[in-house]
Amino acid sequence: MALVLSEDQQLLKDAARNFCQQSSPLSVLRGLRDSKDEAGFDAAIWKQMLELGWAGMAVPEAYGGFQFGYGGLGVVLEETGRTLTSSPLISTVLIGATAVNELGSEQQKASLLPAIVGGELLISLALDEHNFHKPSHIETTATPTSDGFELNGNKTFVLDGHVAKKFIVVARSSGNRESKEGISLFLVDSGSTGVTVTRTLMVDSRNAAKISLDKVAVTEADVLGELDKGFVGLDGVLDIARIGLAAEMLGSIREVFERILEYLKQREQFGVLIGSFQGLQHRAANMYSEIELCKSVVRAALSALDDSDKSRQEIAELASIAKAKLSEVFMLVSNEGIQMHGGIGMTDEFDIGFFLKRARVAQQFLGDASFHRDRYASLKNF
Amino acid sequence: MSSQQDFRAATRQWLESNCPESMRTPMVQDEIVWGGRNPSFKNPDGKLWMERMAERGWTCPTWPTEYGGGGLSKDESVVLRQELARINARPALTSFGIGMLGPALLEYGSHAQKLEHIPKIVRGEIRWCQGYSEPGSGSDLASLNTKAELQDEHYIINGSKVWTSYADKADWIFCLVRTDFDVPKHSGISFILFDMASEGISTNPIQLISGSSPFCETFFQDVRVPAANLVGRLNEGWTIAKRLLQHERTMISSFGLASGQSDRGGTTSTVASVEGAAMHYRGDKDRLSDPVLRDEIAQFKIDSEAFAYTSQRSIEESRQGQGPNATSSMLKNYGCELNKRRYELLLKAIGSQGLGWEGEGFADDELQLTREWLRSKGNSIEGGTSEVQLNVIAKRVLGLPDILSINKK
Ligand SMILES: Cc1cc2nc3c(=O)[nH]c(=O)nc-3n(C[C@H](O)[C@H](O)[C@H](O)COP(=O)(O)OP(=O)(O)OC[C@H]3O[C@@H](n4cnc5c(N)ncnc54)[C@H](O)[C@@H]3O)c2cc1C
Ligand SMILES: Cc1cc2nc3c(=O)[nH]c(=O)nc-3n(C[C@H](O)[C@H](O)[C@H](O)COP(=O)(O)OP(=O)(O)OC[C@H]3O[C@@H](n4cnc5c(N)ncnc54)[C@H](O)[C@@H]3O)c2cc1C
Repeated sequence: MALVLSEDQQLLKDAARNFCQQSSPLSVLRGLRDSKDEAGFDAAIWKQMLELGWAGMAVPEAYGGFQFGYGGLGVVLEETGRTLTSSPLISTVLIGATAVNELGSEQQKASLLPAIVGGELLISLALDEHNFHKPSHIETTATPTSDGFELNGNKTFVLDGHVAKKFIVVARSSGNRESKEGISLFLVDSGSTGVTVTRTLMVDSRNAAKISLDKVAVTEADVLGELDKGFVGLDGVLDIARIGLAAEMLGSIREVFERILEYLKQREQFGVLIGSFQGLQHRAANMYSEIELCKSVVRAALSALDDSDKSRQEIAELASIAKAKLSEVFMLVSNEGIQMHGGIGMTDEFDIGFFLKRARVAQQFLGDASFHRDRYASLKNF
Repeated sequence: MSSQQDFRAATRQWLESNCPESMRTPMVQDEIVWGGRNPSFKNPDGKLWMERMAERGWTCPTWPTEYGGGGLSKDESVVLRQELARINARPALTSFGIGMLGPALLEYGSHAQKLEHIPKIVRGEIRWCQGYSEPGSGSDLASLNTKAELQDEHYIINGSKVWTSYADKADWIFCLVRTDFDVPKHSGISFILFDMASEGISTNPIQLISGSSPFCETFFQDVRVPAANLVGRLNEGWTIAKRLLQHERTMISSFGLASGQSDRGGTTSTVASVEGAAMHYRGDKDRLSDPVLRDEIAQFKIDSEAFAYTSQRSIEESRQGQGPNATSSMLKNYGCELNKRRYELLLKAIGSQGLGWEGEGFADDELQLTREWLRSKGNSIEGGTSEVQLNVIAKRVLGLPDILSINKK
């Protein structure tokens, strides 16, 4: 298991970093928020990302991708995390393309993946139904009809839901609402009759929507993966998503920490740099240690995704380790980011608050630290 | 004892007939009565309630009647507080004059200054702001640079303050200025009061991460202030400044106190208490189904109760003539950290419904909660950061040596 970046990955990371710093600094997100942008991401920047091949990073060459693996996608996400770039990279690339690639039929892959890589298709997973991430707790129903299924239910926290052309809707085709059996995934056009999308403006200025499905008709051909047995595949996709999200969180954490350090070495009070106070030094040293652990678990998890010898169990454990750890440390570091800047940290004009807001959303999405500690314990049979 | 019982009965009766019904409901943010020259009363009962309480001096129950205060003994003021709490009465008046300036002025002001300012604070006629922090002087407050020079019976003030809460809404400011640049920093500071309508003052609101803009940059250019507005002796303002900070901290530490069944100032919404919200948003009836969260909330509640007893003990001790002291740093630090924990837990309690910013998909009180969570992050910065409080505890309470003294000018 490689815990350091390969030469290729390092080059990719440097390029991604350059691009994000130059073309997509944090001021872009601020501008999108302040102008109440309709799409919630910058179309021109997204187009450039597509040209850089980021949408096909982990997609096999056969479907128009670049086969850079999840390790490649991970380093890109780490850099977009530094600048808090808002783009369909998480919803469509990390989660949507992964779901299609992992679970789709030959035909589904051939029709959807090239469209994602080319930027024609934004696709989003419609999973959560409650205020808490509980992927097996599905109440949205898929009832068989003469030529397919009818979907009914409500979804929340659907990333980029207001601009997605397609949803991957997780629905219950059989079984009771807590059961992992009887869950199926369906591809649904956002324009289908019965689909209502309500954009929700989130505290981190990223994009999400609530979706209601009222007698939405889908066909057998719209089933993604195996009918009734969708949970296992979904869980695998979620783990990839959790690891990718952890990589993005790592970038944000490192950025906040560097900003803190810079401030500690620049702000003077009592005639000395505030970084000379041990009350702050020890906390900075502690954060540094935690961040070193974060880097390791993210690297370990990303490289496991690209390692065909890794078992499903090992990846699930690593996903929960990464998401639990990164959620905890992101909250710690972003809170310290405000506190160690004093009054200026509380101002909107100063960027540090954006990281706190992002931390709160990112730690919750796809399961918070407590969810993943519980899941880890179950995976380890204790 | 029996006189105290009489006092209780009389108070209860007076409150029954004088506290308007709508003032016995949970406070809503935009109905808080701040007073001032151009007061705004969203609810007309707010005006009535303030005026009735002010007439008896009960907006400032323990202040001397000579200056319009209630003249109550500490024991009587405790009874009044209990009786107000019994009917869930809203605070009749909230202000920096009551929480900060008044007590300091009563201790250090001249008779004339008290006569001029204290009654107006009691009656909510003048709204005050605090001109302490400057861009280069936050934790190191004593390094402040705003300058005041004496010229024919006036101080001419030049400089700027920052993070001045409600400077754009205040009528007067209590301000720290440097009156001597040639002595050690603590020895050249004076404490002065002036009208925010004076020529040469401008304010510029600053937006917080929560979206609201309660504080400002405040600029002074050749502001002329009568010399008689200096409080205490020239160059001895630091003592007053620190005393006032103790009152401020005691006030801020009350953020850490939950009010009765509620964690959020008595609101009736589903997100009023941490445990109530946690159960409501999980559809739980008698028992919170998430054992980890249950444990965390219980830990928080236990700390809150212990903190409430500690605040209470501190009040009782100060009644025996000890006054607020360095333990106010402990209360401030602990209370603010508790309040931040409360908001983290409230957001945890309601999950993704606590992640909205505005617009559809979230209830008003959910959006309000998210904003309050962001605002709570400032609690450990305003009124002296938690680090400053911990330094004060270490130095003044524990008597530990001070590394900074090596660096003193
Ligand atoms: C919401 C809000 C309202 C406010 N309202 C007012 C107001 O009305 N009037 C007013 O005058 N001011 C007000 N303030 C300002 C507040 O008092 C200052 O922000 C605070 O004292 C910190 O100063 P600073 O911002 O310059 O931070 P700095 O002093 O620069 O502190 C930066 C960081 O260094 C740490 N630090 C500094 N010195 C030490 C040390 N010796 N040991 C360890 N750590 C240290 C601090 O704790 C902090 O974490 C307000 C602030 C906020 C957030
Ligand atoms: C918002 C805020 C709230 C604060 N609250 C308090 C508080 O309640 N109690 C408290 O003690 N400090 C308080 N401080 C001050 C805080 O303790 C100091 O910022 C910190 O301890 C660093 O030391 P200092 O500047 O007070 O100097 P210190 O080294 O603490 O000064 C030592 C003490 O000696 C006094 N002193 C030194 N030289 C002189 C002099 N020439 N004339 C008069 N006195 C002199 C100071 O007043 C001080 O009390 C507060 C500061 C801020 C920013």
